[in-house]
Amino acid sequence: MSVKSREIMSIENLNLKFDSTHVLKDVSLSIEKHRVTAIIGPSGSGKSSLLRCLNRMVDLTPTSKTDGAVYFEGGDILSCDCDEVKLRQNIGMVFQKPNPFPRSIYDNVAYGPRLRGVKDRSQLDEIVQRALKGAALWSEVSNRLEDSALELSGGQQQRLCIARSLAVRPQILLMDEPCSALDPAATTRVEDLISQLRNDITVVLVTHNLQQAARASDYTAFLLGGELVEFGETEDIFTNPQDQRTDDYVTGRFG
Amino acid sequence: MNFNSALKWEKMTNGAAVVAFWFVVLTTIGVIAYIFMQGISGISWNFIFEMPVNRGIEGGIWPTIVGTLWLTLGTFAVSVPLGVMSAVYLTEYAEKSFAIRLINLAVVNLAGVPSVVFGLFGLAFFVLFLGFGSSLLSASLTLGIMTLPVVVTATREALVAVPQSYREAAYALGATRSQTIVTHVLPYARPGIVAGTLLGLGRAMGETAPILVTGVAVALPRLPSGFNSRFMALPYHIYIAATQIPGMPKERVWAAALTLLFLVMCLNAAAGLLRERNR
Repeated sequence: MSVKSREIMSIENLNLKFDSTHVLKDVSLSIEKHRVTAIIGPSGSGKSSLLRCLNRMVDLTPTSKTDGAVYFEGGDILSCDCDEVKLRQNIGMVFQKPNPFPRSIYDNVAYGPRLRGVKDRSQLDEIVQRALKGAALWSEVSNRLEDSALELSGGQQQRLCIARSLAVRPQILLMDEPCSALDPAATTRVEDLISQLRNDITVVLVTHNLQQAARASDYTAFLLGGELVEFGETEDIFTNPQDQRTDDYVTGRFG
Repeated sequence: MNFNSALKWEKMTNGAAVVAFWFVVLTTIGVIAYIFMQGISGISWNFIFEMPVNRGIEGGIWPTIVGTLWLTLGTFAVSVPLGVMSAVYLTEYAEKSFAIRLINLAVVNLAGVPSVVFGLFGLAFFVLFLGFGSSLLSASLTLGIMTLPVVVTATREALVAVPQSYREAAYALGATRSQTIVTHVLPYARPGIVAGTLLGLGRAMGETAPILVTGVAVALPRLPSGFNSRFMALPYHIYIAATQIPGMPKERVWAAALTLLFLVMCLNAAAGLLRERNR
């Protein structure tokens, strides 16, 4: 299998520090195109921090300091000359808690394209419809696009946030525990959606829910205390882990 | 303390709170009702919309109302753009350094500076040094500077209350910092900014000391012709009418006070409505 040819992002010896706290230690990881990569690990293991390095959201924390490289489209996104605004158009992010803007459903999805200068109403209509369909929300909201996004249920809000990211047409979608604030039924819908998404884009999914990682991902990385313990195909990680710590974690002996 | 005395104590503190509450409510209502009853007989179409005659003993108070409204508008024009922009800088752009903490502290303290001190500053700086003279411009600038800390503080509080997750959502969609602020943070914070600003303007509207030395006139039988002209204003007119003009009918003073109270309460009610709608 020619793994290299399908690689869309390569994380090499990534270190992250907040002041003197060493959050990520020499993490190296390869993200495959059109696959779902899950990042698992106990709380505080650096999963979310790792994710936030991949679209430079970590820059919003003034005390952060990164070192190493994350290659995407031939360049190191951690270097200063990378334009993080452009980067975030290519690498979208969905957060732990649904955070729709307090505006209409339509305006939420159209926000990204409008930033980009898309003004034509019919073009926007098309983008909004495509994004909402992509997030499996269209049938539920097509007749009330002008309603406030805050009137949607939690699960719908999260799918709206996914639609909002998709509207920018990212190549990679980073998802930071996207189901942790959702009930089981809504979680199932989002997981189904993640499986569908891989047809068009690449997903990196941080989750503390092991079943979710097992169900929804192709590859799994296990982080512990900021170190990458093991990385491989999801099935191998869960059924035949090479490291004792991985085995302990996936079988529920700790974490 | 046994159960009975605890119960007694509970009843006593409850009772004290209720008494204090009614004291405050009744005083407020009492003041408003008193001004209303004293002043309403003096209110008429002619009183509101006519020029003063014979130093205000006859005629109306129209120039004082117009002057106060212009002054409020001028105060708004000075304090809101400057105040909102500096608050945006302080909360969204500035690094959280010691200097910024010091500036924030200074802004808060500036809100506590007595208004007459602002008046003297306005006299020295705008009227004399910059040569704007005794004018609506000098008075507006002075009141604007006085209102600035209120606007900055209200805006900062409104901006800080915008959840970080909304900023992150915008950044994650590829918005720049200024796009995030303009399309997102400010609209979200707008009701809070407007409500705080209106309260500040309400205070400015009723101020006497800062305008006393920067441009208000005792009596002008005409409307201000521009921002370089002197003007009449309600609070100062009330002071003059109540103390300096022999033979001034009392109900005319109360009627002017009632008019000012009405204008200020309109602003405060607007602020309250916006706050309510924001909820």
